[in-house]
Amino acid sequence: MVRFARWPRLTSALLVAVLSLPLAVSAQTWRGLANDGLHDPRSPAIGQLQEPGAALSKLPPDTAGNYVRWVEALDKGVISPRTAIKPETQVRLREDSIIVSKFGSMPAVLFPHRAHTLWLDCSNCHEKPFTSKSGANKFSMQKILDGEQCGICHGAVAFPLTECNRCHSVSNASLQRQGSGNVSR
Amino acid sequence: MCRAEIAICAGILAIALAVHALPVRAEYGDVVLNRRSDANGVRPVIFPHWFHRIRFRCKVCHSELGFTMRAGANDVKMTDITEGRFCGMCHNGTVAWGPDRCDLCHSGLPGLKSGIAGGHGTSGPGRW
Repeated sequence: MVRFARWPRLTSALLVAVLSLPLAVSAQTWRGLANDGLHDPRSPAIGQLQEPGAALSKLPPDTAGNYVRWVEALDKGVISPRTAIKPETQVRLREDSIIVSKFGSMPAVLFPHRAHTLWLDCSNCHEKPFTSKSGANKFSMQKILDGEQCGICHGAVAFPLTECNRCHSVSNASLQRQGSGNVSR
Repeated sequence: MCRAEIAICAGILAIALAVHALPVRAEYGDVVLNRRSDANGVRPVIFPHWFHRIRFRCKVCHSELGFTMRAGANDVKMTDITEGRFCGMCHNGTVAWGPDRCDLCHSGLPGLKSGIAGGHGTSGPGRW
């Protein structure tokens, strides 16, 4: 049994423990290619291909996925990936945001078109898997977990589905039930 | 130190060691392409999303080049690449290394299953 007088020491032990966890986790953030379970350590590519840690450690850090805040990396100009390779391609950016999945058991979802169209073309999402008609899409967390809808990217290449509150970020109490759901930022 | 403190410290040490000793782990978004590689006696292809998105936005490959956003749904043959389609739009010796550098793409362990790797578990259902 822990006596009352021991609690301050117990608390400080816990504090040290909690503070040291990120260190332990960061030590295994990016595995070397020869040790990633996919690349053949005997392949001549090892030593020639760029290592994930060499590239990703220079980008804004995150706590999941590639451990990189990819949109922040774009916005800060740390990376400047090409938007097109064909001269005739029209690069499209849409800057509004919409709020969906309102008044459920979770906070509503703020969907920023800007963060998505910085990377993607309209045609990647419209009209499949999402119709462009406002309010006409039926979202299903089950489908998303199954790799459909938002889960085509989130859980595979974009930040994973463990990060609930990055999408479910709008308090339902702050929304008016009569509201159109469209906001602009 | 009391027993509880020793137990907590030992627990944290165990977690730290376990994390260090974790088995191999692919980078998030890595794709294994092994539809034909094993059968043709070459290593499977490992496609790293992280490497490519530093240099190109998703829309370049998934809109301009015509790659469907579903691992396994793109049936790309070497002839497509040498003729400038799909990977061959850039992997032509000009933008990126050409298809003569077999080993740089075909770098995976023989026998790997095609699909996307390195995902983050949610403990829920998952097609990935």
